[in-house]
Amino acid sequence: MDLQHFAKQIRYYTLKELNHLGFGHYGGSLSLVETLAVLYGAEMNASPAKRTDPDRDYFVLSKGHAGPALYATLFLKGYFDEDFLYSLNQNGTNLPSHPDCNKTPGVDMTTGSLGQGISAATGIAKGNKILGKSNYTFAVVGDGELNEGQCWEAFQFAAHHQLDHLVVLIDDNKKQLDGYTSEISEPFDFVEKMTAFGFNSWRIPGNDIEAIQAAIQKAKSLSGKPVAIVLDTIKGYGVPYVAEMKDNHHIRPNAQGVQALKDAVTTLGHELGLGGNE
Amino acid sequence: MKEMEMRQVYAQTILELSRKDQRVVALEADLSSSMSTNQLKEEMKDRYINVGIMEAEQVGAAAGLAVTGFIPFIHTFAPFASRRVFDQVFISLGYAQKHAIIVGSDAGVTAEMNGGTHMPFEDVALMRAIPKNHVYDVSDPYEFKAVLEHCYQAPGLHYIRTIRKQATSLYDAQTNFSEGVITVREGTDTTIFATGIMVAEALAAAEILEEQGISVKVIDAFRVKPLNAAAVVQAAKMGPIVTAENHNVIGGLGSAVAEITAEQYPTKLARIGVKEQFGQVGKADYLMEVYQLTCQDIVDAVKRVLN
Ligand SMILES: Cc1ncc(C[n+]2csc(CCOP(=O)(O)OP(=O)(O)O)c2C)c(N)n1
Ligand SMILES: [Mg+2]
Repeated sequence: MDLQHFAKQIRYYTLKELNHLGFGHYGGSLSLVETLAVLYGAEMNASPAKRTDPDRDYFVLSKGHAGPALYATLFLKGYFDEDFLYSLNQNGTNLPSHPDCNKTPGVDMTTGSLGQGISAATGIAKGNKILGKSNYTFAVVGDGELNEGQCWEAFQFAAHHQLDHLVVLIDDNKKQLDGYTSEISEPFDFVEKMTAFGFNSWRIPGNDIEAIQAAIQKAKSLSGKPVAIVLDTIKGYGVPYVAEMKDNHHIRPNAQGVQALKDAVTTLGHELGLGGNE
Repeated sequence: MKEMEMRQVYAQTILELSRKDQRVVALEADLSSSMSTNQLKEEMKDRYINVGIMEAEQVGAAAGLAVTGFIPFIHTFAPFASRRVFDQVFISLGYAQKHAIIVGSDAGVTAEMNGGTHMPFEDVALMRAIPKNHVYDVSDPYEFKAVLEHCYQAPGLHYIRTIRKQATSLYDAQTNFSEGVITVREGTDTTIFATGIMVAEALAAAEILEEQGISVKVIDAFRVKPLNAAAVVQAAKMGPIVTAENHNVIGGLGSAVAEITAEQYPTKLARIGVKEQFGQVGKADYLMEVYQLTCQDIVDAVKRVLN
């Protein structure tokens, strides 16, 4: 699969989905697009046919508010149709802001209360290890989410139990809800922290598809310790209007913003050869 | 002030209190921009603390600040201020008997698009179970301000749940909130005890019922704990009771009223509230229909208890 193309598709549909609703978590959804492209486009053993296959790889979006990017990816993978994608947050929907494993096909674990998904991911990895399986568990946490003490309990558990089939992806986009992570609670060096917590950890350009793919392949080649890949990302990546906005966590655009976000869809659509934008 | 959003009432009241009392500290957990308190930092300086996404630390640190003589105001979304940190609140603030004020925002269905993870239908129940805790579910800007000022003065632990945005205006600067209940409408056949956004629904229900010849008294029971038992017994003596809350029927206002009537003056009672369901995304008005919290649901309940 052409991962560059897949990433562009994910970004395109993430925007269309959020624009259809009119507001939402644009910043943290967009920073994750390349990672989702690599996971679902190449590195993760997951597909609609294997939805309940216990040997599939598992995915936990611990920073659940990035659900819209995951949903665009699941739609493109064929877990559900396009109309379902635009039901995001509509009354009575099965596609809520935060992933719900009882509502949305392809969601392995319910998240949205920050810090809890990563613990569940360690449990999934431990469960599969007890069962003697060799499948992987991938978990995405936010840099702000790592404020939560529960994340560090999860890491201690993962390291102690040598969960080397757990790959933690830290979306280090330098911002949380109220602003810059370093101004709210200095994170220091995630690689040093994760290493001290017993992980194999290193930092990569987190919106670079080749770098992400190489890192995940390297993670699979290592054993004995869980892996934490620190993704050096930009919040709102790939959509200048969002990336350049200071408070880009949750956007409720004014008329001008609505136009800018529409234009971004058009631009991406052209690049994808999709022509018009409805 | 009646035009003010509840979050602005919170921010402004904290600022006023902090100007006259250096002991006032405000703690946030990465939801200050959602509560309009990000503006407080400039003036309150190091007495305004955004701890980050660390609700357990927020509560624990608040307890420590109380040890050193500060009066902490703790805000985050209600699910995180209650179920997420229940043991921290229970032990470090409740059991340790600290003076602290917890404000949980986005009460019940008003969490809207944030869905089930963020939608609190059990915070009042949890908070009521903490010995000596005071629990409030406010309906109006003046009421919220009065409760905040009261909590600042009264030692002990206080939990206030509120919506973040515009509330219905019911009161003014002259309203006396000291009894913990306010009669917002007189009536003779039955009494509705309501809290928060359900006070407006109860009033709408009373209007509809009046046209049908049923006279309904409506009480805003914003202080859910300790609930004004005399007001409940008085209502029970008059006739059947209906309760209405934007919360689970287990452990909230409905339970509190039932506990008093069952022991002191048994009467017919119906509880309007969320029944055995989790939250979900949706607009508040839609969710009120789903969870049967509308004025029509109250009308039906009144007719049931009167039959
Ligand atoms: C326990 C909990 N506390 C607070 C929130 C509200 N909240 C949602 S997203 C967010 C900021 C997350 O920042 P980060 O993890 O860096 O995510 P990203 O920058 O990738 O969007 C906050 C505070 C929550 N969802 N869960
Ligand atoms: Mg971030």
